[in-house]
Amino acid sequence: MRFAVLGGGPSGLYFALLAKKANPSDEVLVVERNPPDATFGWGVVFSEETLGALRDADYETYTEIGDSFARWNAIDIYYRETKIRSRGHVFTGISRKVLLNILQRRCRALGVRLEFEREVRDVGEFEGADLIVGADGINGLVRRTYGEFFKPVVVTHPTKYVWFGSDMPLDAFTFIFRRNDAGLFQVHAYPFDAHTCTFIVECPEDAWRRAGLESASEADSIAYCEALFQPELRSSRLMSNRSLWVNFATLRQESWHHGNVVLLGDAAHTAHFSIGSGTKLAMEDSIGLIDALRRHRDLAAALNDYEMERQPVVERFQEAALESSSYFEHVSRYAQFDPRQFAFNLLTRSRRITYVNLTQRDPELVRTIDSWFAAAAAGSPDSALRLSPPPMFAPFRIGELTLPNRVTVAAGPDLETLARLGAGLVITEFVSVTEDGRITPETPVIDRTTQGKLKSSVERIHEAGSRVALLLGHAGRRGSMRPRSQGVDRPLLHGGWRLMAASPIAYTPHAVLPKEMTARDVAHLVKVFALAAKAAAGCGFDALELNFAHGYLVAGFISPLTNLRTDEYGGSLENRMRFPLAVLDLVRTTWERALMVRISASDWASGGIELDEAVAIAALLKAHGCDLVHVAMGQTIWEGRPDYRRLFGVPASDRIRNEAGIPTLAGGNITTADDANTILAAGRADLCMLELAAIG
Amino acid sequence: MNIGVGLPTSTSGISGELMLEWAKRADAGPFSSLGVVDRVAYQNYEPFTSLAAAAAVTRRVRLATMVVIAPLRNTAILAKQAASLDALSDGRLILGLAVGARGEDYQASGIDSRGRGRRFGEQLETIRDIWEEGKIGPTPKSPGPHLLVGGSSGEALARMARYADGYMHGGGPPRAFAGAAAKALTAWSDIGRPGRPRLWGMGYFALGDGTADAGAKYLRHYYAFTGPFAEKIAAGNLTAPGAIADFIRGYEDAGCDELVLFPTVSGIEQIDRLAEVVG
Repeated sequence: MRFAVLGGGPSGLYFALLAKKANPSDEVLVVERNPPDATFGWGVVFSEETLGALRDADYETYTEIGDSFARWNAIDIYYRETKIRSRGHVFTGISRKVLLNILQRRCRALGVRLEFEREVRDVGEFEGADLIVGADGINGLVRRTYGEFFKPVVVTHPTKYVWFGSDMPLDAFTFIFRRNDAGLFQVHAYPFDAHTCTFIVECPEDAWRRAGLESASEADSIAYCEALFQPELRSSRLMSNRSLWVNFATLRQESWHHGNVVLLGDAAHTAHFSIGSGTKLAMEDSIGLIDALRRHRDLAAALNDYEMERQPVVERFQEAALESSSYFEHVSRYAQFDPRQFAFNLLTRSRRITYVNLTQRDPELVRTIDSWFAAAAAGSPDSALRLSPPPMFAPFRIGELTLPNRVTVAAGPDLETLARLGAGLVITEFVSVTEDGRITPETPVIDRTTQGKLKSSVERIHEAGSRVALLLGHAGRRGSMRPRSQGVDRPLLHGGWRLMAASPIAYTPHAVLPKEMTARDVAHLVKVFALAAKAAAGCGFDALELNFAHGYLVAGFISPLTNLRTDEYGGSLENRMRFPLAVLDLVRTTWERALMVRISASDWASGGIELDEAVAIAALLKAHGCDLVHVAMGQTIWEGRPDYRRLFGVPASDRIRNEAGIPTLAGGNITTADDANTILAAGRADLCMLELAAIG
Repeated sequence: MNIGVGLPTSTSGISGELMLEWAKRADAGPFSSLGVVDRVAYQNYEPFTSLAAAAAVTRRVRLATMVVIAPLRNTAILAKQAASLDALSDGRLILGLAVGARGEDYQASGIDSRGRGRRFGEQLETIRDIWEEGKIGPTPKSPGPHLLVGGSSGEALARMARYADGYMHGGGPPRAFAGAAAKALTAWSDIGRPGRPRLWGMGYFALGDGTADAGAKYLRHYYAFTGPFAEKIAAGNLTAPGAIADFIRGYEDAGCDELVLFPTVSGIEQIDRLAEVVG
């Protein structure tokens, strides 16, 4: 076979040498536009797993690479004048230049033809090749030539970053966070030999502008960053190598091959530098492609197989990389965190490391975090005990109420069945403030007839050691539906009742059209909520949760999709929040215990509430006496665009908690204790709602 | 977990005789259900007609559409067909519905594929009402056919949670099923539905010497509309008893309630070979 490889980076060279080694009679050509000793970037990082793959693929280069490696096992986090070290993470790094030299030598020894300083203008120059390998990077010729078949999607990230080298002596993967007048800057640095490290500086674009870096020369940028990070650099210097400030681009492509053309590494996919996986993925691609070619005689089958094996792996890394990059883009939101929580949040940012993983890697750090968390939860951070429960079993205080643990469950009609589950907080099913505020004929109403039953359920739950919150709401346009055992939002055919809502829009195509509420209706409903709260106190509930979510009556006022009013209750956010806040205010005067409010942090529909507005809503709720926001999503309209992925409510909870500064309850496909401990320890929520299907 | 078998309605060289014989053997064998697929612009047999034929020669197995592309059909006629088949088969119909993924089926039917999701939602909102009201008969066996909804989008899962009895997964390795099942359970509880959805899965098989290539060829053809993805589906064809056993175990571990295995080659011996592996 004749192979033409475009691009003499690690993936191109590694593929070439593996191909030639597998079949010495094959012709393998590598074409590179730069000279052999030119290199951009400083060092690259590998994991143990990758090293194993390199060992199996080519032992000779593996030994050479291994001899040149820098190895370390710690992550240092510099934040607010504190340094936290986390151990147990195995990293290896190598100079990109050394790596390329090893691969070039091995290629030559095996008989691969290397053509440097050759600029290819047309893939057609390789017409005679049986397989054309595009290893020429994200902007490479091969990818551009066959773009219509690869179907690329490129996402440009909002932060600016620059690659420097430094002679700073490091023995850890190092993150440095430094705030100055321009904004928050962060460093990702890692060693790759005894005296050199890669030193990446990243910052928000507006900070970059304010710092005057937009028009700065390379030397000016170096001077600026050296001054900024002088406390850590000390006498060390930064070095440049075509170091320009750029935005990272994440590349995804539907397909990585077309006919006899196939892509490797950055030409096929990219993943944000903050998880340091670019070269690792690229070289694993080379191995994957060689293995697929070995398995199949048919080229098309081999290229398919390569793609099938590699795409899921790469997608997982890309997802983790997106989580990681998003963390760094919004890191200033965590500026008030205790350094221990800040460190845990940073280490678990991409979801590849969870509470359990971190416990295996660095039990001491997790013990420190558990102790701090439990002590802070008890209100005395200085009295931390060496032995403390994991975060989900730490108590939580809302006002005078102390929950025995951080786990919350949602009850159905039979409230008491959940009493023995051990959750810190049980939230009742939807209980209506009035008869016509019911969702279905089975929805309970808080009135004289139900209070006795509720009271005895509450007592039973207390006896089992849990606390219980009453979920109070009014169905609005989602009322007059059939019992939910027959389906949700199915209008009653007979025996329905009249509905009211912010605006006269039916919830489903066949649902009853609600009446638009008058100012008198609004005033009346405010009083009704307050009366219901009073009744709840009589039943002994520990907390009250007002349902301002999921398209029910109050939610209908909050979302611009369902509130078309032109009076003082419609239009601006201030107007749309007028009725909800009036309810909250009056309830607050009659209800002295913990008060929670459930909101839909996203309407999951275009033109509706998104997270930015949800943060503003949460801030208003906080200002009006709400103690905790239960972050729900969607159901504002019948045809939304939900997203039920794992932990889907957590990003919204994270933003609301840490931008509006109010405790949150997060739910949404949270199924394991490990998930809950990770979310809580990282400060993304204060309580977690676990899926009953997973624990019930 | 129950195990069903697909009725060969879309593989090449099918005859009515073969289909009836296949259905009889399924009824006599270790299978809980007989599944059919739905396409318009393809050389397959129409799903309700095929299941009606199967109903006539079977007594026990349940009859499952996996899935019927609902927006291609008038809702009243769809409800009537389903009610008829359910009544004729003594309540054995499992009605799986979805929007389908192939533009050419919409084109061939002269139906706009835009807005199909919303139309499907409206169909789901009304179909049970039609069965219950009784204006459009016959009356299906109470409470009407077991209704499943397929599709991987959030919208599809929300529709499933609102209106259906369970979720119909579109196929893939057990890990893919497990991820989809977790989302289906979440959608169900998130929307406030009590209980939990029934979870259905599907797979493809071809057993016996020389059938693997023919099976892969069929899948490449059937899924040609997915582009390069067709190769991946073809590669997932189960062609060895061990692979089928692993697949079944994987689905069972992932919480599947009913797994239906579809033939990718047409011979009657295929169902016997599968029965040997499953039984």
